[in-house]
This record gives sequence, structure tokens and C-alpha cells, in this order.
Amino acid sequence: MSDPLDRIDERAVARQDDYGEYPIRVRGLRNAFGEQVVHDNLSLDVRKGEILGVVGGSGTGKSVLMRSIIGLQTPQEGEIEVFGRNILEADPDEIIGIRDRWGVLFQGGALFSTLTVGENIQVPLKQYYPELSPELLDEIAHYKVKLAGLPEEALGKYPSELSGGMKKRAGLARALALDPELLFLDEPTAGLDPIGAAAFDKQTEELSETLGLTVFLITHDLDTLHEICDRVAVLADNQVIAVDTVTNLMDLDHPWIQEYFKGPRGRAALTAQALDELRRAMDKPVAGEA
Amino acid sequence: MREWAEYDIHEGDGGESGAGSRIVLSGPMRVDSIGLIERDLRNYDGHLATIDISAVDDIDTVGAWIVSRLADEHDAEIEGANDTAQRLLKAVEVAEGDAKVHPDRAPLVERVLYGAGEYVQDWGKGTIGLLSFLGRIVLAFGSIIRHPRRFPMRAIVRQMELVGVNSLGIIGLMSFLIGVVIAQQGAAQLSQFGAESLTVNLVGRISLRELGVLMAAIMVAGRSGSAFAAQIGTMKLTEEIDAMRTIGISPTEKLIIPRLIACTVMMVFVGFYAAVMSIIGGAAISDLMLDLNFTSFLARVRDVVPTYDLWVLLIKAPVFGLIVALLGCYQGMQVENNAEEVGKRTTQAVVFGIFFVIVVDAIFAVFFTSVGWK
Repeated sequence: MSDPLDRIDERAVARQDDYGEYPIRVRGLRNAFGEQVVHDNLSLDVRKGEILGVVGGSGTGKSVLMRSIIGLQTPQEGEIEVFGRNILEADPDEIIGIRDRWGVLFQGGALFSTLTVGENIQVPLKQYYPELSPELLDEIAHYKVKLAGLPEEALGKYPSELSGGMKKRAGLARALALDPELLFLDEPTAGLDPIGAAAFDKQTEELSETLGLTVFLITHDLDTLHEICDRVAVLADNQVIAVDTVTNLMDLDHPWIQEYFKGPRGRAALTAQALDELRRAMDKPVAGEA
Repeated sequence: MREWAEYDIHEGDGGESGAGSRIVLSGPMRVDSIGLIERDLRNYDGHLATIDISAVDDIDTVGAWIVSRLADEHDAEIEGANDTAQRLLKAVEVAEGDAKVHPDRAPLVERVLYGAGEYVQDWGKGTIGLLSFLGRIVLAFGSIIRHPRRFPMRAIVRQMELVGVNSLGIIGLMSFLIGVVIAQQGAAQLSQFGAESLTVNLVGRISLRELGVLMAAIMVAGRSGSAFAAQIGTMKLTEEIDAMRTIGISPTEKLIIPRLIACTVMMVFVGFYAAVMSIIGGAAISDLMLDLNFTSFLARVRDVVPTYDLWVLLIKAPVFGLIVALLGCYQGMQVENNAEEVGKRTTQAVVFGIFFVIVVDAIFAVFFTSVGWK
């Protein structure tokens, strides 16, 4: 085995400025399992710095799309560019250079069950940067759990001792371990109570702003879409049928979109959003006078 | 080449406050570039009054954390932070607590003593646990007898296939080779007394009484005992067992009983089959190397092996099957918390399975000899 430091030296990848406007570009993607076609000629661009919500009915392949982009699923056809490199044709070293620039939060958190939360966060750090001192690794674990909104006591706990919501936050902390530019979240608020979900949304938005993250967010949560997503991609009919802001999407004349945003739950989320804006608008002049 | 962050300390140039030094950080301050200077900064024991980061061209939260920690430690001013740096410095501005990241590690002596104590306790708990497990199985049998329609026939047949039929190849091959070895080595020793013809007695009796069923039990423990523990253990981790309970299905009835029955029944067949294969192996090698051809070897087996040797096999086999299945299922049901546990329990299922099979075999050997079946 070669020295890990040498290996990192070889992949001299200039960060930040090696791709243009779009950290993720998907072209003509086709995914099929046997007879069942999930994606056919699917294309999608994710803009730098945005929070892109991905929605679609069950079985429309939201998770498959994410797995294709992060390289866990090899599509039959198509091109996937992440940070300007075609990940389907990239050599292993290049892939490593891409992997340390994204963080992934899986649905169940996917924490390593034999390690504490703190050690979970340190896994990617130790893997990529063996030169970091143990003291620094511990300090990094400390502030990462706080960034992810967990109490400090969670650091020494094992995943089996955490609640579902805490597992997700711990997973988020691990996803953030390497200070990624790109964050993939697979249904982060599913299974959380409304307060927890709202807090998680806020956390995601704040993180995206402070750390300059681009977020690829799979969700079913209409509140999440309204609150934090800059744009929303809708998966239906094996393709991305529209990518736009929520407001613009609602004007589209597609049965699924209409049903989704204007059904009972969609309306409730919309009302909540409108009330929220109204409240903010009313607060402003008061603040101005004072 | 990979870029590294650098630093430069100007002694006594602490800026307005005067006292202390000024440190100028430059280059990228990112998680991938601060590894080399981070220890130096941590170990610097002079007094820093000013931290100048205007020459830092890129910064992430790790870099910001190091700057912030340095500033805290020396009570220094941070100069030249651009927008990004300011934002990140604010984001990591969280008081450092003392919560532990790693689990506690006691000193060696304590750990050894603790480990020994824990071992004893586990042993006691394991015994009680096994007893209550047996109790649950008896109850489940009782309830199946009262509701014969719940008898899990399909599951039993499926398990019979997995435990018995699918293992015929490997058990047959193994037993054949053991027969070969016993006959060949036995003949070599017996020929010293001119008693080569007793090879038939040796192979025939030892295969039926001892080795056939014992080796089969060991193989089944390795193949099926481990599979039981791993399957059931994984189902416990994924809460499938809990789901069954809430639906009103007893996991003991649905998962454990079929495995117990299948393993107990199939062990009889597999054990007998192993004995037969071992005798065939002995016959084959004697055909090649001794003066006894294949068919007369088999005919001689009929003469020299008493019927009660077969009874010994038929009595031992189901007991061995039961032991292997019980321990496999029991260890599976003990899995808790994490994936490591599945591995540990699977190992224990196999180790204890084989161990108890051999212990019981020894007891049987003494017993059968003392009742005159020798």
C-alpha cells in the first residue's frame, strides 16, 4: 500500500473553480431494473449554491437518481458530471478526489453502529487526512455535532442509543465532516416531528448559506419545499418534467404537479407559507420605526 | 502538487497592544491543507497578540476552527478576515465542551478484572437465558399442539432443504475422505500385527458409532447453526422480530420451531448418510491399496458391525441436531444493538454448538459402553 499522503498529493485537484455554474449535470440518464424502466433520457442541472428539492411520487426513482449521481448505481446509459468530471468514466483516483468534496445523508442515517457519533464523524477525516492530530479530530467532532444541531453529549453515544431524529443529525454531522461543497440529503425530515423537521430545515438552510453548500435534497415534505428550496425538480414519467421555483411550478398544467401542490396537504403548506410571509411583512415596518 | 497552509511568526510585533507576537497565516486554510502546521500552532508556547489571516486565500470550517481556537487560547485579535472567513468564524464559535468522543478506556488491570467479572456474569445470564429460551420453546410446542393448524409445515420443509439436502454434497465428500483416511492409516498400523483384515471393523464401526454423525454435526453447526444465528440476529436488528410480535405472530413458533424440527430430523438422515459415505470411502481405498475389493469390504461390514451401532447413531443424531439448532437460534435471539453483535453471536453459535456436541458425544460414548453396546 502506498502512503496515504502521497496518494492525496497525486490528485492535485483545484477546489471550487474547476467547474462552471453547475456542480451536477445529468444528461440522457437511463436506469432500468429488468423490465421496469425507472429513468429514460433524464436530464438535470444543479446550480452552484442552490438548494434543489427533488420530488416525485413513490417509485419515480428519486433515490435511484441520487444513487446514480453519487456512484452507487451504474446507469445503463447517460452522462453524469459532478464538479465538471464525468464520474462514469473517471478513474479511481479521480473518483476519490470527487468523493471527498461531497457529503451524503442516507435516509436512516447509516451511521456505523460500532462507533460512537464522534468517531463516526472522524471516519472520513481519518480516511482522507491521516496527518491531522487526534486533538484536532476531537475538536472537529465537537463543533460538527453542534453545527448539525446536536447536543454535545451525543458525541460519546452509540447510534443505537439515539432517537431517529438525532440519528439524522448525527448523519448530517458526518456528511459535513470534510467540509463538502455538495450535500446530498435523502428525505432528511421524514420521520421527524413537525418541530424537529422545521428545525432541520432551518439548519440545512443556514448551513447552505454559511458554508456555501449546494444541496441536493430529496423530500416529500411540502413545508421543506416551500421554506428552503430555491428550485424544485419534479420526477414523473421517467424524467425530470420540470425544474423551477415552487410558485412557478404551481402554474404548470401537469396532473401530478397540480395534485401534489394543490391537494389538501399542498394547500395547507401553502397557507402556512402565506401566513408566514404576511407576518414577516407586518413585522418589517414596526422594526423600521423603532 | 498539494498546497499546504503556512505561517510566519513576527516576535514582538503584536500590533496596537504592543506585547506579544504577530502570526501571519497564508495559503489555503482547509481541512486538506492544515495538517502540517496544525501541531506547530497547537504547541506554540509564546504569546500571540494578533492573528493575521489576510493572506489566507481559502478557508473552510476546519481552518476557521483552528484560527478561532488559537485566538481564544492566546486571547489574540484576528485581523484581515474577509466575508467568508468572518461567516465561518462565527459558525464555529461554539464554546468547546468536554464531552467525550471515544468510549472510556480503564487501565489494563481494571479492564482485565472487569472483563473477568463480566464473563462470569454473562455465563450466569447465559445459563438463565438459555433456560428461559427452552421454556419458551416448550410453550410454543404446547401451543402448536393445541392449534395444529398453526403447524409450520412449509417453513419446516424449506429449512429441511437448507439444512439437509443442500449440505449433502459437502458432507458426502468430507465423510468419504474421512473414511479413506481412517482405512488407509488404520491399515498401516494394523498391518504391524498382521491384522489388516480388521480395517473393516475399524472403518465400519467407527463410522457408524462416532465419526459419521460427529463430523456431520460439526458441518451442520458450521453451515446451519451459523446461518440460524445470523438470520435471526439480523432480523432482530431490523426490528422484524418486534414487528412479528406486534402482529401477533410468535417468533418462537414461526422462526425457531421450524429450524429446530428441521435440524433435528435432517441430522438423522445426514448423520446416517455421512456414515455410509465414510464406509464407501474406506471400501474404495481398500480396493485400491489393500487386498480386499470393494464389494467384499461392504459384505464384511455387514458381518462385523452389530446392529446396535446403528441404534447408537440414530439416537445420537437427533440430539446433536437439536443442540446445534438450539444454540444457533438462541444466539440469534440474543443479538442487540449493532452489526458487530451479529458476528459475535454467530461465532458463539458455532463454537458452542460444536463444543456441546462433543461433550454430549463423550457422555453418550460412556453411556452406551456401560449398557453393553460396546
